Amino acid sequence: MRIPIPLRRPFDGAGRAAVFLAVGGLVQFGALAVLAVPWLDGGPTRATSCLLALAVMTGVLGAACPVLTRAQRARFRAWLGVEIPVAGRSWSWRQVGYHLVAGPLIALGGALTLLLWAAAAVAATVYVWVWALPPDTRPAQVGYAVQAAYLTVAGLAGLYGAAWLSRALVRLDTRAATDRLGPSRAEVLEQRVEEVAASRAGVVDAADAERRRIERDLHDGAQQRLVSMAVNLGLAKVTLKDLPEEARQVIDEAHREAKEAIAELGNLVRGLHPAVLEDRGLDAALSGIAERTPLPVGLTVDLADRPAPTVEAVAYFVVSEALANVVKHARANRADVRVERRGGILLVVVTDDGVGGADPTGGSGLAGLAKRVASVDGTFSISSPVGGPTVVTVELPCAP
Amino acid sequence: MRAVIAEDSVLLRIGLVKVLETAGFDVVAETGDAEALLAAMEEHRPGLAVLDVRMPPGFTDEGVRAALVIRKQWPDTAVLLLSQYVEERYAADLLSGDTRGVGYLLKERVADVEEFIDALRRVAGGGTALDPQVVSQLLLRRHSDPLDRLTPRERDVLELMASGRSNAGIAEGLVVSESAVAKHINSILAKLDLPKADADHRRVLAVLRFLGVG
Repeated sequence: MRIPIPLRRPFDGAGRAAVFLAVGGLVQFGALAVLAVPWLDGGPTRATSCLLALAVMTGVLGAACPVLTRAQRARFRAWLGVEIPVAGRSWSWRQVGYHLVAGPLIALGGALTLLLWAAAAVAATVYVWVWALPPDTRPAQVGYAVQAAYLTVAGLAGLYGAAWLSRALVRLDTRAATDRLGPSRAEVLEQRVEEVAASRAGVVDAADAERRRIERDLHDGAQQRLVSMAVNLGLAKVTLKDLPEEARQVIDEAHREAKEAIAELGNLVRGLHPAVLEDRGLDAALSGIAERTPLPVGLTVDLADRPAPTVEAVAYFVVSEALANVVKHARANRADVRVERRGGILLVVVTDDGVGGADPTGGSGLAGLAKRVASVDGTFSISSPVGGPTVVTVELPCAP
Repeated sequence: MRAVIAEDSVLLRIGLVKVLETAGFDVVAETGDAEALLAAMEEHRPGLAVLDVRMPPGFTDEGVRAALVIRKQWPDTAVLLLSQYVEERYAADLLSGDTRGVGYLLKERVADVEEFIDALRRVAGGGTALDPQVVSQLLLRRHSDPLDRLTPRERDVLELMASGRSNAGIAEGLVVSESAVAKHINSILAKLDLPKADADHRRVLAVLRFLGVG
């Protein structure tokens, strides 16, 4: 005979749930019994002493908190296959709350449920008892078939209810334990933030490494080929003196275009990742930018050792972009760049004596700059009153 | 004069050999890395070494370091560094000490064959050839008070002077007469409190020393 699924469902795993609750009850009542220790031998009778004894025993339970938590985790793993996440701290009020309040209440519910299991099992099998017991000890009334039938039906209903209750309590216990014994919401968030920060740092580093790879590929590939082509065209210009005028013009033109292409590619590659930054660090790379800026730039770089490559790259692009902005918008006569380390901070300050009024939310490179700084958890601020001067300040974290 | 070349890009190396041969040099060795270059130096003792800054195995500044070794071990060999980027620090390394027979140019200058040959001959003859870009970087770095006293035109002259040009070369570059250049130079040397000097490379030496790299 097939039992219909709705009837069968509560019994799926009900046995395991019952055992789980029974073990839980033992652990919980064992723990609670500690509270009763002072009364084993009469114990205190005055209210204050009673309170003191309770407080002391609660303290003992609190101290045993890590052990109890381990026991509970083991119980969940062994009987339910549920892994309660490890909390950040081995001791917390949330855990004590579980061991002293939530756990015992659930255990009490478990005990009642087990009792129901037993009673329902006896009632459901009443006919067996009726026929198995010796005639003189048989309860007089159960002999009546109608009452016995009622009892059987009630027992079956009780079994059904007990199964359902067991599963509900297991779910409740799992929720309470996960909530109280596992990491708190704050801890989970904290951990998540750490993970996110680490993965973002990974992405930023990877992007940086990728720029470097592209720079190398262009430098050692396309750029070299272009230079060699320009050299050959230059040689042709010098050595092939007796060519017709038209041919000379074509060579001239090609030579000029090749040189322009080299210059364009050079700027592009430098924008990706300047080779000198990798070889010689910020000071050397920034002096290159300062030189290429078409206005006087004072440069002070005060670094005892080199920051991480990603931080170096961000600092480089901050200065590069800030100076480009100065040239484009500030109408300045000069600019000053200062880079120094203050503890765990790499401080980059770019100042100009221009007209000010720079808007960091505008379409200028400032917004992109701020994003780039944020990618390494740096801070970006700009002071640019109308009339000037403009000061861009960037702080980048770098391990001291 | 015998010359050796170290350049890891084969295409460019072929071009360089042709340019050097056009200029009348006898290329006795061409290598792709700094180590092979130093071996070739030992074997051939050439008068000129032309080398790339970025070479195997590290592709950073092997050329600069090799150039320093050459300057130290074979001081009579002229050294011309070629680089995709001209960076002042490499020049500062190279120029510390004696500036005779030293050149540092952007690779793309090779394409202007006649000018490049001119620079090659200047370096091989014990002169100096610095890329205009590096000179302006050097000037920028040390723009201290005495330099502020120079007029823009005098600054231009100083830059060309520092890149190793003769008076005639400067006059041609700025489209002025040679006597005007001489006047500017006298004025510069006076403003910078530098003693007058005869030979061209001594002027560069003086300028560079003033710039803080000599």
